[in-house]
Amino acid sequence: MLKQVFKRPQKGKIFRDSLVRELDDLGNKSLGISAFIAFFVGGVVAIQTALNVDNPMIPKYLIGFATKRSIILEFAPTFISIILAGKVGSFITSSIGTMRVTEQIDALEVMGINSLNYLVLPKIITTIFFYPFIISIAIFLGIFGGWVAGELTGLFSSTDYIDGIQLEFKSFFYVYAMIKTMVFAFVIATIPAYHGYYVKGGSLEVGRSSTRAVVWTSVTIIVLNYFLTQMLLS
Amino acid sequence: MIEVKDIHKSFGDAHVLKGISATFEAGKTSLIIGQSGSGKTVFIKSLLGLHTPEKGDICYDGKNYGNMSTDERRYLRKEIGMVFQGSALFDSSTVEENVMFPLKMFTNQSKSEMLERVNFVLNRVDLVDANNKYPSELSGGMQKRVAIARAIVMKPKYLFCDEPNSGLDPRTAILIDNLIQEITDEYNIITVINTHDMNSVMEIGEKIIFLQHGIKEWEGTSNDIFKTDNKAVTDFVYSSNLFKKVRQAYLMEDKK
Repeated sequence: MLKQVFKRPQKGKIFRDSLVRELDDLGNKSLGISAFIAFFVGGVVAIQTALNVDNPMIPKYLIGFATKRSIILEFAPTFISIILAGKVGSFITSSIGTMRVTEQIDALEVMGINSLNYLVLPKIITTIFFYPFIISIAIFLGIFGGWVAGELTGLFSSTDYIDGIQLEFKSFFYVYAMIKTMVFAFVIATIPAYHGYYVKGGSLEVGRSSTRAVVWTSVTIIVLNYFLTQMLLS
Repeated sequence: MIEVKDIHKSFGDAHVLKGISATFEAGKTSLIIGQSGSGKTVFIKSLLGLHTPEKGDICYDGKNYGNMSTDERRYLRKEIGMVFQGSALFDSSTVEENVMFPLKMFTNQSKSEMLERVNFVLNRVDLVDANNKYPSELSGGMQKRVAIARAIVMKPKYLFCDEPNSGLDPRTAILIDNLIQEITDEYNIITVINTHDMNSVMEIGEKIIFLQHGIKEWEGTSNDIFKTDNKAVTDFVYSSNLFKKVRQAYLMEDKK
C-alpha cells in the first residue's frame, strides 16, 4: 500500500488542489477543537497542580513549571493527537470507505489514476506538516489556559506562574513534542486510510470500519508514545 | 480487439469464472447476459483489471494485460471508459467537475478547451444546464448520462458498461441503450455491456454472450437468440411471457 501511496503524483496541479482541500478538511477544521481542548486542559493541569502543592516548602512557581512541562511533553502532542485520531481518523475512514463502497475508487482506477496516491498522499503530507503547527498552538494555549485559571481562581499568582514557565526551558523538549506529533500525524493519516480503502460491504461496514480505525489509531499512538518517550528522553 | 482466453477467478472457495474465452471487436456492441451471480460483474471487472484472474489471458490489441507493468496498465486505462452500475460519480463534485476530471488529470488543455469538450459530451448525452448540479440533485437516468459523458470524454477505445439500465424506467433505458449504440458506431469503439435487460438484448445486442455459473454457456447475435434451442438461454431469456410471444412471432415470420 505505502509503495503506491508514495509514488510521484500523476499531475502536479491536481495534487496541489488536493493538498489545499485536505489542508482545509484535516487542518483548518481541526484547529478550533484542538485550541478549545488545549486551553481547558492547560487550566485543569494548573489547578490540579496548585491544589496538590500544599506544602509551603514547595515554591509556587513550580505550578507554572509543571504545567509547562506537562503540556509540552504530554498533553499537547499525545492528548490532542488522540482527539485528532477520533475526529480526523473517522473522517478519513468514512470518506474513503464511502468512495470504496460506491465504486468511486474503482472509477479512479479504471481511469488510470493511482487511487492510493491520489487519495492518501495529500492526507499524509497535510497531517505531517500541519499538525506540528496545531500542536504548537495547543502548547501555547495550554500554558495560557493555566495562567487564566490562576487569575480566575487565585490559587497562584501571575508572577509565580510566569516565573515557572520561564524556568529551565529546554528546547529539546519542544523538538521531542514535534517529533512525536509528526509520527502520530503519520499514524492518524495512514491507519484510517487503510481501513477506509479496504472496506468491503455497505454503509454499515463503513461505520464499523471507522470505529475500528479510531480504536487502532489511538492504541498505536499510545504504544508509540511509550517507545518514543523511552527512545528520545531516556 | 480484446481477446479473453480461458480466464478463471475465485473468491475463497467460490470459483466464479471457470474458463471463459471471448473476443470483442471494434465498432460492435457486445452484451454479457446471465442471471444474478453468474459472474458477469466479476468478468467485466477482470477485463478492467479490477480483479486479477488466477489463470488465463486478457489481451488488448495483442498485448497481454497480465504482462503489462503498472505504468503500462495505467496508460491503457486512459483508453478505457467505464459506466458503473451505480454511476460511481464523485458525489462531492459537480457534473462539470466529474466530466472534466479525466481531462484535468491526463491532458494539458486550457480551462476553456476542457470546458468546450465537457459541454460537447454533455450535449452529446442530452444533458444541458446541468453543469453546476451535484449528482445527488440528478435523477438516476441523468446520473447514467453523466457517467457516460465522463466515460467518453477522453475519446476511449474501449467502453464498458455494468448494468447501464438498472433502476431506469423503460423509456429512459431505451434512450441510454440507443446512446451507447450511437457512441459505439460514431467512435468505432469496442463496447462491452453487462445487462439483465432483455430489451437491450433485442435492441443493441450485436454479439451476446450468455454466462451461467461462471461458464460461457452460449454465444451468438440477437437474431440467433430467437432460434437457439439452448435450454439455459431460453429459460433465462424467455422467462417473461412478452418475450415468449416475441419469439413465436419472430419464428413464424422466419418460416414464411
